[in-house]
Amino acid sequence: MPKRLLMPLLALLSAPALAAELQLEVEIPRLQVAEYHRPYVAIWLEQPDHSHAANLAVWYDVKLKDKEGEKWLKDMRQWWRRSGRSLEMPVDGISGATRAAGKQSLSFNSDDAPLKQLAPGEYNLVVEAAREVGGRELLRVPFTWPPEKTESHSAQGSSELGQINLQITP
Amino acid sequence: MHTLVKWTALTLAICLPLSAQAHRAWMLPSATVLSGEDPWITVDAAVSNDLFYFEHFPMRIENVGDVSEQPAGQRARQAAKLQVTAPDGSEVKPQNGAIGRYRSTFDLHLTEKGTYKLAIANNGLFASYKKDGEMQRWMGSAEDFAKQVPADAEELKVTQRSSRMEVFVTSGNPDDAVLQTTGAGLELAPITHPNDLFAGEAAEFKMLLDGKPAAGAKVHVIPGGNRYRDELGEIKTTSDAEGKISITWPEAGMYWLEAEISSAEGVSAPATERRASYSATLEVLAP
Repeated sequence: MPKRLLMPLLALLSAPALAAELQLEVEIPRLQVAEYHRPYVAIWLEQPDHSHAANLAVWYDVKLKDKEGEKWLKDMRQWWRRSGRSLEMPVDGISGATRAAGKQSLSFNSDDAPLKQLAPGEYNLVVEAAREVGGRELLRVPFTWPPEKTESHSAQGSSELGQINLQITP
Repeated sequence: MHTLVKWTALTLAICLPLSAQAHRAWMLPSATVLSGEDPWITVDAAVSNDLFYFEHFPMRIENVGDVSEQPAGQRARQAAKLQVTAPDGSEVKPQNGAIGRYRSTFDLHLTEKGTYKLAIANNGLFASYKKDGEMQRWMGSAEDFAKQVPADAEELKVTQRSSRMEVFVTSGNPDDAVLQTTGAGLELAPITHPNDLFAGEAAEFKMLLDGKPAAGAKVHVIPGGNRYRDELGEIKTTSDAEGKISITWPEAGMYWLEAEISSAEGVSAPATERRASYSATLEVLAP
């Protein structure tokens, strides 16, 4: 190999690997109802046996005084059971206000929690939505972590959720 | 001015369902899984046929409304003693109690996180005998038995009866301090936490009689809402040699569980037989 290429090649080989990414788009449907409230949404990762792996986001009414918004967290039944009930809300970096109708984007980097600690394996991305004076819907998107190549997965809701698009890049 | 209905030779000192065929006595909580910092629940208590409908009598509970008066048509009974235990073992007092025509109602303020247990337990003697050619029935405490039942009673049959009725409620994360059994009577020792029940999943419980595994206890589980269907939908099972039962919930909803066991062993005079029963209202959520 020509010597002039050796240094750049070595630099390339010893450079840190680029972080894997998880990009998520969650569609909150626009609903024509007499009394509309933004849904409570929980997004988390679970193992195929449904045991909890990591929380990604929880959107609920954080503005009510005396933390009254927490009263309806249990309506996200599976999230409450698998994780929520053992948490002290709010959780930094995970909990936040409810989101408006439309496509909500989130992205996660394997340099940071929670992906940093995520062991390789099969997972489901789970999105659960519960709406005041409305219904509840839960969607699962299976994927393998870490990805070997860029992959896209999606799921389609029918009532309280629209399309969930998951893209993972190595 | 109301009339107390007095039954000759009958002093009903305790409130017990007389047999499996009698009306069912139950408590119905407004919720069993709570989130948030300041949850309350409200509980209805009634005696009725159908589950969970109020159509017969309220359950009279001490300190829940004014239980000093007995509506006409009801047998004279002493009000039941309700025990509500918080996750830390302390007692929770019912609030805003009221007694109406068909149900009693009370509120509970769940100030701690964890699992609470509501329990009403009774035990006493039940006797039947012949007097002047007529069958008489008596219910009361062991102390009153000697005073009230004639020593020369014909065809005397005395049964020791115990009953326990429970409801479990969890605020936040469930725990298991209140799941400890007392070691007296027929009890349910949960293997699956009673506030972790989901449709389609199997729950496991262990029946205990005086603290020991109760094999052969007859258990039946009835889903609420039977007014709106033809089939009772009863799930029948019997506890195995280790006292275990497993129930797979067909649907979400409130269920009434009743367990009964009879035995002639370990019964002290004057009783020749014992009948122990246990019931619970269990909430099963949709998955």
